[in-house]
Amino acid sequence: MKSLITLQVNGETQEVLAPVHKTLLEVLREELGLTGTKHGCELGECGTCTVLIDGTPALSCLTLAVEAQGREITTVEGLADGPAAHPLQTAFAELGASQCGYCSPGMLMAASALLRHNASPSREEITGWLAGNLCRCTGYLKIIEAVELAAARMRRAGAPAQRTPNAAQAAR
Amino acid sequence: MLRLPAFEYLAPRTLEEAARMLAEAGAAALPVAGGTDLFPNMKRRQMEPRVLVGLRGVAEMTQLSGSAAQGWRLGAGITLARLAAHPELRQSYPAVALAAESVATPTLRNMGTVGGNLCVDTRCNYYNQSYEWRRAIGFCMKRDGDICLVAPSSPRCWAVSSCDTAPALMALGASVRLVSAREERVIALRELYRDDGIDYLALKPGEILSEIMLPPADGWRSTYRKLRRRGSFDFPILGVAVALRIGADAIVEQARVCLAAAASHPLEAVKAAEMLAGKKLQPDVIAAVANEIFRVAKPVDNSDLTLSYRKRMARVLVERALRDLAEAAASGRNGQAPGA
Repeated sequence: MKSLITLQVNGETQEVLAPVHKTLLEVLREELGLTGTKHGCELGECGTCTVLIDGTPALSCLTLAVEAQGREITTVEGLADGPAAHPLQTAFAELGASQCGYCSPGMLMAASALLRHNASPSREEITGWLAGNLCRCTGYLKIIEAVELAAARMRRAGAPAQRTPNAAQAAR
Repeated sequence: MLRLPAFEYLAPRTLEEAARMLAEAGAAALPVAGGTDLFPNMKRRQMEPRVLVGLRGVAEMTQLSGSAAQGWRLGAGITLARLAAHPELRQSYPAVALAAESVATPTLRNMGTVGGNLCVDTRCNYYNQSYEWRRAIGFCMKRDGDICLVAPSSPRCWAVSSCDTAPALMALGASVRLVSAREERVIALRELYRDDGIDYLALKPGEILSEIMLPPADGWRSTYRKLRRRGSFDFPILGVAVALRIGADAIVEQARVCLAAAASHPLEAVKAAEMLAGKKLQPDVIAAVANEIFRVAKPVDNSDLTLSYRKRMARVLVERALRDLAEAAASGRNGQAPGA
């Protein structure tokens, strides 16, 4: 039986008609066409489907879409500020932190929550925070360095570590 | 893709409503909190409830209150991340914080709850596999089959208790509140478990684990040590929780030692605790207790790494935990330093 599910995704209200047993990952990718969020193991063992729910990293493969109603969902598509990439995305591109790229959306979302929580994370704090995201290419060092570079640039710019699309629109 | 089987989803707002919904739906229903254990199991068709009662919206299950002097009441629905980050709990009940922060990954701890971890399904290499994998080997008795593939002549299932927080909470004397539509009862946490890989919880039909009660800290020092292949993700393949009350003269007054992943239930090592009482934590005492833990830890060949290694590591982990606590007592701390 399908039910009407209302989601707040990247600052926009989305209504979808989907069965209650659909995961947030399935609804994001298959109903809303937001394929930036990847499906990996689908069992909570890899982290590539990580999105932010009310600003906190969560696995979309283990979250029911119905349970995400009334909460602010941010996917990798909502990370950039309009045409301007998020500093994390820029740093990932510059330092080669995306190899095959499959883990990148999850890494970016987890790292963006970290930088909002802590503008100057130590290397240990970065590895601890990203410990739920696997990189099959094993390119962890570049990922960690990219987070450090983005954090340093954001501190210099004095920018808020993570803008929600709503806040970004309000600022324009 | 691994997709969930279809089910009906109910979203109660109160515990009373949740208990009534579970009772009305009967055996076809299961409660779900964080979903980090149940949903993978459902995707692998290890469990196929027709009704899920989602506890996420039950506000009274996310309360957390108390003090070291009075003890704590922990709503079963609080996340493992919140439990691990609580400064007062970390200070007074370090084993609980260390166990909570060792579960799975940071992201899963944002989702998974302490009540869910206490009820986490027992695990086995022959069980935690996709439906197709299990069908290819003829299934096991825990789901869809007749025999135990680890011990084919055994009449019982040997799936292993894989819960980090239960040994820590048990060592600190926790009890749990169980609520159903018909009654409410409080039992010692150790009474929640049965030594059986399939029927591993002593919950009556329709009961919800709603709250965990920690007694006053009352001089108890505690720590938790975990064995696993990776520093993240992995379920315990062994865990040791130790809680001690050490007198001013460095003599252990009372002790509890509980093991994770050493049996189908969180294992309380009663004799090891008796061996500690009345003694100082000298090397010979620690070695004797470690030998006793080596004796009672009986891992079977159903999880990661070899069982002989896991058994030998029981001795090592309990030695380390006891040394942590001896050092902590000598320096006036409680348990292992955070993050150590």
